[in-house]
Amino acid sequence: MKILVPVKRVVDYNVKVRLKADGSGVDTANVKMSMNPFDEIAVEEALRIKEAGNAEEVIAVSIGVQQCQETLRTALAMGADRAILVKTDAAIEPLAVAKILAKITADVGADLVILGKQAIDDDSNQTGQMLAALLGRPQGTFASELNLADGKIAVTREVDGGLETLSLSLPAVVTADLRLNEPRYASLPNIMKAKRKPMEQLAAEDYGVDLTPRHNVILVSEPAAREAGVKVANVAELVAKLKSVGAI
Amino acid sequence: MSILLYVEHDGTDVNEATLKAATAASQLASYLDNAEIHALVAGQNSQAVAEQAAKISGVSRVIHVDNAAYAHPLAENLTQLTKGLMDNYSALVAAATTTAKNFMPCVAALLDVMQISEIIKVNSANGFERPIYAGNAIQTLESSDDKLIITVRTTAFKTATLDGSASITAQDSAVNTASSTFVSAQLSSSDRPELASAKIVISGGRGMGSGENFALIEKVADKLGAAIGASRAAVDAGYVPNDYQVGQTGKVVAPDLYIAVGISGAIQHLAGMKDSKIIVAINKDEDAPIFQVADYGLVEDLFTALPELEQKL
Repeated sequence: MKILVPVKRVVDYNVKVRLKADGSGVDTANVKMSMNPFDEIAVEEALRIKEAGNAEEVIAVSIGVQQCQETLRTALAMGADRAILVKTDAAIEPLAVAKILAKITADVGADLVILGKQAIDDDSNQTGQMLAALLGRPQGTFASELNLADGKIAVTREVDGGLETLSLSLPAVVTADLRLNEPRYASLPNIMKAKRKPMEQLAAEDYGVDLTPRHNVILVSEPAAREAGVKVANVAELVAKLKSVGAI
Repeated sequence: MSILLYVEHDGTDVNEATLKAATAASQLASYLDNAEIHALVAGQNSQAVAEQAAKISGVSRVIHVDNAAYAHPLAENLTQLTKGLMDNYSALVAAATTTAKNFMPCVAALLDVMQISEIIKVNSANGFERPIYAGNAIQTLESSDDKLIITVRTTAFKTATLDGSASITAQDSAVNTASSTFVSAQLSSSDRPELASAKIVISGGRGMGSGENFALIEKVADKLGAAIGASRAAVDAGYVPNDYQVGQTGKVVAPDLYIAVGISGAIQHLAGMKDSKIIVAINKDEDAPIFQVADYGLVEDLFTALPELEQKL
């Protein structure tokens, strides 16, 4: 079995984003970029499935600017076997990403696609579900545990009320939640080795997918700021304050 | 054309989140020549839910599909059902719960449109606002798609009243793809208010030190009638179950009073609670970022502050 893991290059989760003055978006110039944290978890899970003898190959794919190859090198250093960079300088939405991924999934013959459940930049939480729908495959989103057996995959999912387990027939699409695993750090020898692993470069236009955004972004603005509060000296003062404003 | 509102339920009651989504749907309808809002109730033995949904203010018709295929909200089955209905609607609206987040993008993909995720404001017939970057930026957008698939950030909309009287139309359009099957669920049960809709929430973080120490929070919660939440760190450490998590990727809450205990205030956590009316932070580290959003900050060890708080309430 082959596993495809799409990875996205995003502003590092520790960075407090700054907005461009003209309201056109988030300033990403000279900002630390990293692999979307949920995608790291997806890579890790794919590697664990391979290491358990349930998959032969883990293929990482990223769609975006040339620098996405750094994100792919991270996936290769973690242990992915090869990588595909689908290059585009355009801002590309989940629907177009899912369409390209559907073609790549078929091209490489992946029986399992594991994605992060959402990217921490646009917070859309759509790509995995869209991919599953376009491929007509069952999906297990927000996964916190996977078990492969007899051509099926049991997916434990984090849902609003707690946990839920589904059984999916393969091929399938899974999206990773936070507690699926703890991603490994790439060791220095593996980072060196990753430089020699194959990375195919393609252009998004080659897939015949309409990349035109469906959402016209008019403005990206600061959220309403909270006014600075006060420090209270002790619990008694806290309770008095809360009572005075009718909060308790 | 009309708007279809997906009704989330537990087999007995309409989820309160749906009542918030109904308000967003009503606002959208006002820009669409007062389009009708139809509510979709899919389930098994769900007559009581359909009757409740018929009372949601603004809803003129309930489409009730009662079939074993919808006993559990499996994405594949809900997608086929909803997509089939969308010929007659220009928008599909649902609260951004884990159920809707699971299947709504599938419907969007099959209709060849982009989903508009977690809207916090309706500006026009195709214009919306939504948070991005964990709520550190607000995106104002216009959709060019001919059908709108919208999930609603429930904290941004009021609860619709239950004073309507819609007609109920039973439909049997069962789709069972059988490509995924429900195996089991481990749902938390609690006598406390639901985290997403509670008026008061008290959350614990890594500073709690252990799951046992959450008993200190429980005692305060009992006094206040509060729901209990947690930061990601506390959930990852196994102190409390996953459904307690408040944050960018957990639950987003906006209660009247939010008390953060032993929570440093990572941006991912703030994303889930910073729209609360009043925020209280209790932390022994006076430099913790949580104090920057707190209305009332108490720099004190939580192990002395919590018992005292319980006693003084």
